Amino acid sequence: MHYALRLRIFKTYWWKVLSGVLLIYAIVMGFSIPVPDTMIQETIRNLFFHVGMWFGMLAMLTTGFIYSLRFLRTFNLKEDRMAVEAVNTGILFGILGILTGMIWANFTWGAPWVNDPKLDGAAAGLLIYLAYMVLRSSVNDIKNRAKISAVYNIFAFVMWIVFVLVIPRVSGASIHPGNEDSPVLPMHLDPAMRWVFYPAMLGWILLGFWILNLRVRINKLNGEMTA
Amino acid sequence: MIKPSRISGTAFLMLFLHETSLMLLKEIKILSGKEIRLEIKQKYVLNGILLYLVSTILIAYLAFSRVIDPETWNSLFWIILLFVAVNSISKSFVQESPSRLIYYYTLSSPQGILLSKILYNGLLMILLAGLSSGLFILLMGNRILNFPLFLAVLFLGSIGLSSTLTMVAAIASRASNNFSLIAILSFPIILPLLLILVRVSSSALNTVGWAGNAGWLILLIMIDITVILLAFILFPYIWKE
Repeated sequence: MHYALRLRIFKTYWWKVLSGVLLIYAIVMGFSIPVPDTMIQETIRNLFFHVGMWFGMLAMLTTGFIYSLRFLRTFNLKEDRMAVEAVNTGILFGILGILTGMIWANFTWGAPWVNDPKLDGAAAGLLIYLAYMVLRSSVNDIKNRAKISAVYNIFAFVMWIVFVLVIPRVSGASIHPGNEDSPVLPMHLDPAMRWVFYPAMLGWILLGFWILNLRVRINKLNGEMTA
Repeated sequence: MIKPSRISGTAFLMLFLHETSLMLLKEIKILSGKEIRLEIKQKYVLNGILLYLVSTILIAYLAFSRVIDPETWNSLFWIILLFVAVNSISKSFVQESPSRLIYYYTLSSPQGILLSKILYNGLLMILLAGLSSGLFILLMGNRILNFPLFLAVLFLGSIGLSSTLTMVAAIASRASNNFSLIAILSFPIILPLLLILVRVSSSALNTVGWAGNAGWLILLIMIDITVILLAFILFPYIWKE
């Protein structure tokens, strides 16, 4: 093959391959490495998967926020397509995060849902972005829809970040792992687990961008077919 | 020695800022005055909201009268105030006819329109919040131990509710299915504000002292400022079609 072509293929695919390799590594190692005997015992393995969903969601929603900002600067519908698909991917990660959390919580706390600040933050995030989708579907004109939803996305993202920062202080102690001196925070994490945790997080974020990439291309094709 | 060109540049900038802010202030004064005059003329709107407030509080009183404790008093108060706010502010932009909106568009800056609406809705909310706390005290007894703190929370809460809901009403007015849209768009983003309001006002109901509440009040002020700033920056995009 021509050298330039091979370089282009490498440039297009390397991060997708990396994501796949990292996630296979994370799944295999995540279930097989010995974990320290903490209060939550073997369920600590959920760290490699559940926390990855949270990181993926945060990465996607931040991407959506940035593309909404870019849309208001350029009024180019390409930016809006990125923003809406990033939010869609973020919602997917959010739902998966809540599901993996619920399974874990059912074993650890005996109930799938408890009134905890961190759970409230996740729930509010989902509500905000589902409302964003409803808002989009209730505006018919494409340009207008892009503009109005970009404004809401920016407004809501900032308020959501405020919420996530504020609510743990309002609601008092969270029983969700990840407070200070918790064994699941990276700086206290077992060194062997760190070797799985960081690659897993990077893998999930890259997977998020991969899904986003596919969704944007499908969205574009759909748009071209109907136009 | 100072370069003359630099003086004139700075002076020009200051004059420019001075002029534009004076313009904005004048616009806000005229436009919010218009809102108030409109409200006084169309009495049925204000009367409708007042009646809504009184009947909601009466229902809460009848349903809860036997089990009312300070915590319930507090949660009920803020939930009712939230619904009253959504009801009264949701009409901010839809009551104007499209041709009148075009008329405003030619006359005023978007920021002037937005700030005058926030100001007017804030005044309305302060009125409604004062009234509903009066009714609560009348019907369910005075549970407030720290009155100045309660008033401060009422004031900051009214500003926060009015600015968030005005912005969301502006967003929703551009979409169909307006009313339910305002509720679903605004409830999740109003949560941080509402939780702090409930928390500080619960402290005003339960303790006499101010200890530990200064930080909360500062946080409330910062949230209010954040919302107004965001609305100030973003509103022009939804104002012009």
